Amino acid sequence: MSNKPEKFIDENGLRLDGRRVDEMRPMTMEIGVLSRADGSCYLEWGKNKVLAGVFGPRELHPRRMQRANVALIRYRYNMAAFSVEDRARPGPNRRSTEISKVSSEAFTPVIMTELYPSAVIDVLAEVLQADAGTRTAAINAATIALAEAGIPMKSLIAACAIGKVDGQLVVDLNKDEDNYGEADLPIAFTQDGDITLLQMDGNLTQDELKEAIGMAQKACEQIFELQREVLLNRFGKPDEIEQLAEETEPEPEVEFDEETTDEEVASELQEDEEEAPSEEDIPEEENDDDVDEELGGEKDEQ
Amino acid sequence: MGRKIVIPGQFLSDDEKYAGMGTYVKNGKVYSLLYGILNDKNKLTVVPFSGKYIPSRRDLIIGTVILITPSNWIFEIGSPYDGLLHVSEYPRRVESSKMRSIMDVGDSAILRIKDVNTNMKVELTLRERGLGPINDGRIIEIMPMKVPRVIGHSGSMISMLTKETNCEIFIGQNGRIWIKGKDGDMDDLAKAIDLIVRESHVPGLTEKVFQFLENRRDVERELEPDGSLENELDAQTVDKNEEMPDETSRKIDMLLDTADD
Repeated sequence: MSNKPEKFIDENGLRLDGRRVDEMRPMTMEIGVLSRADGSCYLEWGKNKVLAGVFGPRELHPRRMQRANVALIRYRYNMAAFSVEDRARPGPNRRSTEISKVSSEAFTPVIMTELYPSAVIDVLAEVLQADAGTRTAAINAATIALAEAGIPMKSLIAACAIGKVDGQLVVDLNKDEDNYGEADLPIAFTQDGDITLLQMDGNLTQDELKEAIGMAQKACEQIFELQREVLLNRFGKPDEIEQLAEETEPEPEVEFDEETTDEEVASELQEDEEEAPSEEDIPEEENDDDVDEELGGEKDEQ
Repeated sequence: MGRKIVIPGQFLSDDEKYAGMGTYVKNGKVYSLLYGILNDKNKLTVVPFSGKYIPSRRDLIIGTVILITPSNWIFEIGSPYDGLLHVSEYPRRVESSKMRSIMDVGDSAILRIKDVNTNMKVELTLRERGLGPINDGRIIEIMPMKVPRVIGHSGSMISMLTKETNCEIFIGQNGRIWIKGKDGDMDDLAKAIDLIVRESHVPGLTEKVFQFLENRRDVERELEPDGSLENELDAQTVDKNEEMPDETSRKIDMLLDTADD
């Protein structure tokens, strides 16, 4: 059965797929691919294909799972039956349950769960095609999906696996390296360099572990750069973004305006049947004043 | 330099006194919490591109009844938390058995949020003028972040929409919009709102939506040439008179837009 290659790294220092030891597989991401999800991302990383969707914050059922002060992050890592060469038995299993748990914990420190007490944020990561490193790929996609869903996060998360083959540490294992290598070490980082996930399969010495963490951090820097690019270029290239900066106004004052506007509109509903009372004039006057002030202010600036 | 897109965890400032909504402070430095647009007029605030409506006290919203208990109507309000309307918050005294005849499951209403407690229990009220069940018109749902866009600077967009489509409009803070008018007008308005949501980042949006509605009306006029020419001329002059305050608000809008640069 063993398809174990004789050598993982050739005499030129290149790996089976032609990469250098510190080189990641090419990664592409697409944001907003699911119309019914609040946030979504499709990610390809070498031969890995992962789809992540975020739903919520929304009401959590069953209620006994609710946390009174914080939102629950319910992460579901799932491998499609067709994602591997031999059909995977559908449904959760020991491995996917474990990955779901640790991935959820990878996001818990950065998501502001205290803003949504007793709610749930559902993160669904679906592996469509697997080629080693799917949990890290899923985490990278989930970060983008969470950002798109407008979930408040202190940092993005990036994850990458470090492995050991032929006694040498390598970045981002592929399938053969994962199956027949000596160690597999997936790590997730925040932008500050804090580790939010670390697992290890196989054996590494203390020094190797330290070196591996350094290598993973370097790789994650590259992933952050890619994630940043995807998010910032979502509405066009940076030069067009200047235009986009015109958007959105809600400062406290403006919000106040809106409120009064709403009240006016609400009272308009009844105006046909009832006479407008005198209180109604007050917000209107205030509104006008604000307009004048704003105009005056803007003109001064010019 | 104005406003730009920021991502979660992005460094914004060295001075923590600039920290506003959508940011957090760590070691005296300000970072973004959200993926959205940075606004640095007074404080640094980040307005997200999307997100769920989070109820807050005094908000006016539109909700739909999902459950009736002996003393409460429970409303779905487009947020992770449901709203409770106690029978005593209905303007009249209501017998428990008559609750269904006033508002049944699936009915919608314009509501005020009376209070939200720390467990996010949302209490609603109808005891106020302008609130009540919705029996006609349509409800359109948009992202709650886009609500300020549909209202416009000091209400310029909403007043233009009201004038141009002859529809009544109510915008709930939870992103639900109730409109009432002639069927054709409501179709136009729905399309206009869709345009606002899709192109909310384009400068001079009010002008663009105005043109859009104008064009649609022209098309309709060509389609049904039964109205005599005189009537049409009359209508146009009346229109012009009515548009005056509207024109001003659009000018204000454009001024604000250019000032933002």
